Amino acid sequence: MISRRRLLTATGALALLSACGSNTGRGSSEGLRQWYHAYGEPGVQQAVERYAQAYGKVPVDVQWNPGDYDSKLATALLSGTGPDVFEATTQVSAVRAGQLVPLDDVIASARDDFTASILAGHTVDGQLYGIPQAVDMQMLFYRKSMLAAAGVSPPSTVDELVDAARRLTAGGVKGLFAGNDAGVKVLAGPALWSAGLDYVTPEHQVGFDDPVAAQAIGKLRSLQESGSLLLGAVKDWSEPDAFTQGLVAMQWTGLWTVPAVQKALGDDFGVLPWPRLNDAGKPSVPVGAYGAMVNAKSAKVAEAKEFVRWLWVEKTEYQADFNQSYGFHIPPRKSLASSADKLRTGAAADAVKFVQDNARSSNPPDWTSAMRTAFEDAVARVVRDGADASSELRGAVSKVRDELKRLYG
Amino acid sequence: MTRTFWLFVGPFFLGLLVFVYVPIGWSVLLSFFDARNTVTPTTFMGFDNYADMLTDGPFLESLGTFSVFAAFVVPLTFVLALALALLVNGIRFMQAFFRSVFFLPFACSYVVASLVWKLSLFNGVRYGLANTVLGWFGADPIAWTVTPPWYWLVLVTLRLWLQLGFYMILFIAGLQRIPHHLYEAAWIDGARPWQALRHITLPQLRTTSVAVLLLLLIAAYQAFDEFYNVLGSGPFGRPPLVYLYYTSLGSGGQDFGHGSAGAVILSLLIAGVTLVQGRVFTR
Repeated sequence: MISRRRLLTATGALALLSACGSNTGRGSSEGLRQWYHAYGEPGVQQAVERYAQAYGKVPVDVQWNPGDYDSKLATALLSGTGPDVFEATTQVSAVRAGQLVPLDDVIASARDDFTASILAGHTVDGQLYGIPQAVDMQMLFYRKSMLAAAGVSPPSTVDELVDAARRLTAGGVKGLFAGNDAGVKVLAGPALWSAGLDYVTPEHQVGFDDPVAAQAIGKLRSLQESGSLLLGAVKDWSEPDAFTQGLVAMQWTGLWTVPAVQKALGDDFGVLPWPRLNDAGKPSVPVGAYGAMVNAKSAKVAEAKEFVRWLWVEKTEYQADFNQSYGFHIPPRKSLASSADKLRTGAAADAVKFVQDNARSSNPPDWTSAMRTAFEDAVARVVRDGADASSELRGAVSKVRDELKRLYG
Repeated sequence: MTRTFWLFVGPFFLGLLVFVYVPIGWSVLLSFFDARNTVTPTTFMGFDNYADMLTDGPFLESLGTFSVFAAFVVPLTFVLALALALLVNGIRFMQAFFRSVFFLPFACSYVVASLVWKLSLFNGVRYGLANTVLGWFGADPIAWTVTPPWYWLVLVTLRLWLQLGFYMILFIAGLQRIPHHLYEAAWIDGARPWQALRHITLPQLRTTSVAVLLLLLIAAYQAFDEFYNVLGSGPFGRPPLVYLYYTSLGSGGQDFGHGSAGAVILSLLIAGVTLVQGRVFTR
């Protein structure tokens, strides 16, 4: 008979063992594990599970990840418990840490069919690390009837936009909504592009080390100072609610809101890129595309690459379904984009044209999170607190320069 | 004896070792290395990470902001919790009811409370609760969670609502340990209520007060949830822990060397202030 003490010791040890042994994140030994972030549109999860099931060679286990996906993924990749296949934006830091597998051979057969500017967003040192899945873009939505009532025409320069926002602010309606942080996160990039500047140059130098940058960021301050920005809305810029509820005449949001805006406002809205500031600048729309990637620490790199090739290069019908059947995305493949019915008319057709003419990468691989924090902090202090733009930007320039030096020598 | 000791203490000690002491030790180790995107670094940096953090504008700013924050919120919570405890302890009926009512918010998660404060009470549109009240007086809506200095009102009321009940309970426990005969003696000598408070209640609450002050101070420096959820990632009102989170974990940036160095500096600061405070108040 077992004494009580023995039993206690044994169960205690068992509990400890099972605590260590269970759920290390590894799935079945022969299958592949694939991660997605939680897409907002209904049906996407079922769709990606359906694709995975249809893959005959190895079982694929799809994990849906609500919450802070980027941090979760980064931690998982670091600790070696990450998935074999996942979606992410390409970051030079992940490449340098040896976390990603180059996928040039995977895309080879269809490379020319992918939009070049989108591929560039997944390229580091000449190698491709992500197969673009779906293109998202941001643009300016405006309410035609409100602009007409105020006698304002759709703005084609930043100064016209600032002026329009001011004139459209009246009677409980604000001119523009660009996020609860006064547009710091989403408009800082377009502000640089409007003046012909950028985050980082192709030669890996700081792209906004120029007196004009202070002027460009100063325009965001003018918007905030004139009281024409909506702040503290319940839903942030990525949801169309402030616009569809009539709280604002213009909103900066994404292509993905077009169905909801159409449903609420019918034809009473138009879209624009962020306008240019001066002759050196151009109108711009930020684009980003999650790419399908393979974990370099995976035990099944070859199988994972083959699965990525099958799903994101070979199976064009799944790519079309993924881009068109749920939310509103632009397929990264030209052949699919040109044959997509939903993108032929109205705001969506305009968006496709903006992407062709004015696309800028919202999250380039060499723009690391340390650089982004330094830059956005500086912009936030200028826009929200009225700090001096040139001295704030000088501080950001020196931090970004240090980071670039560390990464590229 | 020793077998029983290890049987009961062992599992907890093991848990503490694996989940607390090893990570702390590892973090101290990482703080001396260039640990970007790795937790097994090879490039030894000496004290470079510490030097970087101690000259890093945003980190120093967050430490400064939170020293000021602590200087305001600690005394405020202390006084209000003590006042509440004296009131609740003084009533003759339904005391258990009031104790529970004031304690209940403590059971609410910081994240949930942050969302209620941000999205409902203090949202910036004209139909938010606070702005509706302002509207009655003809004032314009305020973007509470965005505009300095208004977000401090949001954060401090939130923290008070969540914390007060807990510290009130600590004070009530302290109050109930004061022997009643002290008060009786005072009343016989003709002491007024405020004299009893000044000369009996407060001195007798000394140990409780020191504990409450320490807990409040540590809680103020460790502030994370409500700042992260109400304010997001901007440079305003950013506590040290939120900044360190963005340095070492947030949105794919994994700089564990600098993050750990910052964490060690913060720990030393909290430990230092706590020691000084303990010295001053227990003397």
